[in-house]
Amino acid sequence: MFKRFRPGILAMLLMAGTLPAHAALKILATTADWSALATELGGDKVNVYAATTALQDVHRVEAKPSLVARARSADLVIASGAELEIGWLPVLLQESGNARIQPGSPGYFEAASQVSMLEVPSQVDRSMGDIHPQGNPHIQLDPNNIAAIGKALTAKLSALDGGNATYYRQRGEDFQKRWTEAIARWQAKAAPLKGLKVVVIHKDQSYLLHWLGLIEQAAIEPKPGVPPSAGYLAELVSRLSLAKPRMILRNAYNDPKAVEWLSQRLNVPIAVLPFSVGGSARAKDLFGLFDDTVDTLLAVPAP
Amino acid sequence: MLRLKTIAALSVLAGLLPPTGAMAADDVAALRAELDALKADYAARVTALEQRITELETGAAAASAVPPPLPATPPAAPARGGATAFNPAMSVILAGNYAHLSQDPATFHIAGFMPSGGEVGPGARSFNLGESELTLNANVDPYFFANLTAAIASDNTIGVEEAFFRTLGLHDGLTLKGGRFFSAVGYVNEIHAHAWDFIDLPLAYQAFFGGQLAQDGVQLKWLAPTDTFIELGAETGNGRQFPGTERNSNGLSGTALFAHAGGDVGDSTSWRVGASWLDHRAKDRAYEDTDAFGLPVVDAFTGTSHTWIVDGILKWAPHGNSIERQLKIQGEYLHRTESGQLLFDETGAALNGDYSSRQSGWYLQSVYQFKPRWRLGARYDALDSGSPSIGLVRNGLLTPGDFPALLTGSPQRFTLMLDFSPSEFSRLRLQQAWDDSRDGTHDNELFLQYIFGIGAHGAHKF
Repeated sequence: MFKRFRPGILAMLLMAGTLPAHAALKILATTADWSALATELGGDKVNVYAATTALQDVHRVEAKPSLVARARSADLVIASGAELEIGWLPVLLQESGNARIQPGSPGYFEAASQVSMLEVPSQVDRSMGDIHPQGNPHIQLDPNNIAAIGKALTAKLSALDGGNATYYRQRGEDFQKRWTEAIARWQAKAAPLKGLKVVVIHKDQSYLLHWLGLIEQAAIEPKPGVPPSAGYLAELVSRLSLAKPRMILRNAYNDPKAVEWLSQRLNVPIAVLPFSVGGSARAKDLFGLFDDTVDTLLAVPAP
Repeated sequence: MLRLKTIAALSVLAGLLPPTGAMAADDVAALRAELDALKADYAARVTALEQRITELETGAAAASAVPPPLPATPPAAPARGGATAFNPAMSVILAGNYAHLSQDPATFHIAGFMPSGGEVGPGARSFNLGESELTLNANVDPYFFANLTAAIASDNTIGVEEAFFRTLGLHDGLTLKGGRFFSAVGYVNEIHAHAWDFIDLPLAYQAFFGGQLAQDGVQLKWLAPTDTFIELGAETGNGRQFPGTERNSNGLSGTALFAHAGGDVGDSTSWRVGASWLDHRAKDRAYEDTDAFGLPVVDAFTGTSHTWIVDGILKWAPHGNSIERQLKIQGEYLHRTESGQLLFDETGAALNGDYSSRQSGWYLQSVYQFKPRWRLGARYDALDSGSPSIGLVRNGLLTPGDFPALLTGSPQRFTLMLDFSPSEFSRLRLQQAWDDSRDGTHDNELFLQYIFGIGAHGAHKF
């Protein structure tokens, strides 16, 4: 019996050791941006599924059965973190029955912990609206953040799938080289935007403004996540009429009504930004996202 | 004895020997991978540091031209320390309502269904403090998560709504849960009151379980490794809640089997369907009734109770963006067969005879968020009590008039709801129901309700 048993166990152990090297690493990314980054860095060694699209508000997503099913077999979850996905990701992780992707496990990667956070509140209270104790979680619109997250993600992929470590390192180096060049290109191009005053809807473009040196003159939401009242909008119009902003920014997923109303009142143009990969026809990948964002901002006619 | 020792030795060898051969090769590969990962990690850190230095250098020069920079924190801020560092996440839900009822709520009953003794009916008139719900939860250790939900009732009593542990990703899609928890049968059963789309539960749940069915027991779920959501599960416990009873016996009751499947249609529609089966044992399940002369009696059922549920939910939002508009359509069908003995007037005549019944109920509801923060809902409930077979009536000893609670009934109810949610944490609701639960006596029920949540941001199931 002993003799018959041993080869079986041996075969099983060998199979367990070799399987991950052959199968593509399964990744569940909470946004299209992390999905695009994982594809850039993982190439054909990874199988990436994006839980949301650019047309969704990632803070308000249903913990759909299809996402629970994807979490079940994922080797790696890439989340923004900083409470952006707090309303649904915890349910996916709990319902998945998958120990590999639980927070604290090697298969759980949080992008926000790789970058410097903006707008970290010194105190939090829900009367202040939708604020996040760890800072503004919409970190993807500063390309330097993408670079830092990319580096950490390359290390993560290599750690999870050691057999392909060399592949990930080469791909990572190639991406970082192209990305650094692209950042230089975008920054040179966007130089005239520095110091321009803009109006935003929600505080989700802060990283873009910070990167390009744009100035947020006002937000259409009086507090994050709180829709404006008629009185607030009237006050906003009278305040902005005195010192007009250069443009009003809107994301692809935002309802256009409030922005168009304000634009007509102030006679100030609107820039519709993709915000996320997939948010416009040009924003097919991360390079396209920033190409389109910078070009759209530059294309806004001068007053 | 000798044989035992040989077997023990062999099994120890079997456990030790094979890996030594395989592990040598495995180890080298693993070490190499680890080394590669370490190298990549350090390379990344060095580049990141270099980049930060350049950023700081160029940033210092640019700072004078740029407006005051937004505050930034270094990555990986240290966790807060002290005795509170490991405090569980805490949240409190406050709810209350104003009820205007055309019928005396004390006369509420669901015609043709044995009273469950649970939380049924529209509640009291005028202003009511609802249940205040306190939830504490946290990971216990790397293996378990624990949750306590206590409900503080307006009569100053505290109930344990849920108190369970759950494994943190056991293995291969398995999840084990134990303690007191809402059963995973049906759809609405697992949802806490503050997240219901109406102020009250569907009539079928009130009639079949006397409210939500909580288990004191264990649950094992398995999620299939497929892209379509397929979940199978089983529960068992002491089965004390209606339709079961306290039985003072070892063993199990309230055993449930359930299966769920779900997926997406395009990027706007998601669905889930389910089927569940429940087995309960009841012993002296007593309820109050009147005899043919109108005198109060206490009758009791002893026997088995089997419940089937099929459920479905569909949610639609344009491109999955539920901020602007969302439509939910949800329905469930419940069917129960009971058979055993029915004891008439247990403290007086104490006549015993056989009893069997087949009963069913269903509801269909739809909630439409027509603009941000505003939702409109409609629900239709219908029950069919069937005609129970009562031995004591069949053999002529008693008449159907001795069991008025069991006289055939077909209760129904229609409900309209409008709610406004100023934020994710507050909701105000107006609800009107046309309730024929009493079968023949019509009740107009108007409610105004508030729900407020403070503390940790909850995450809701689909």
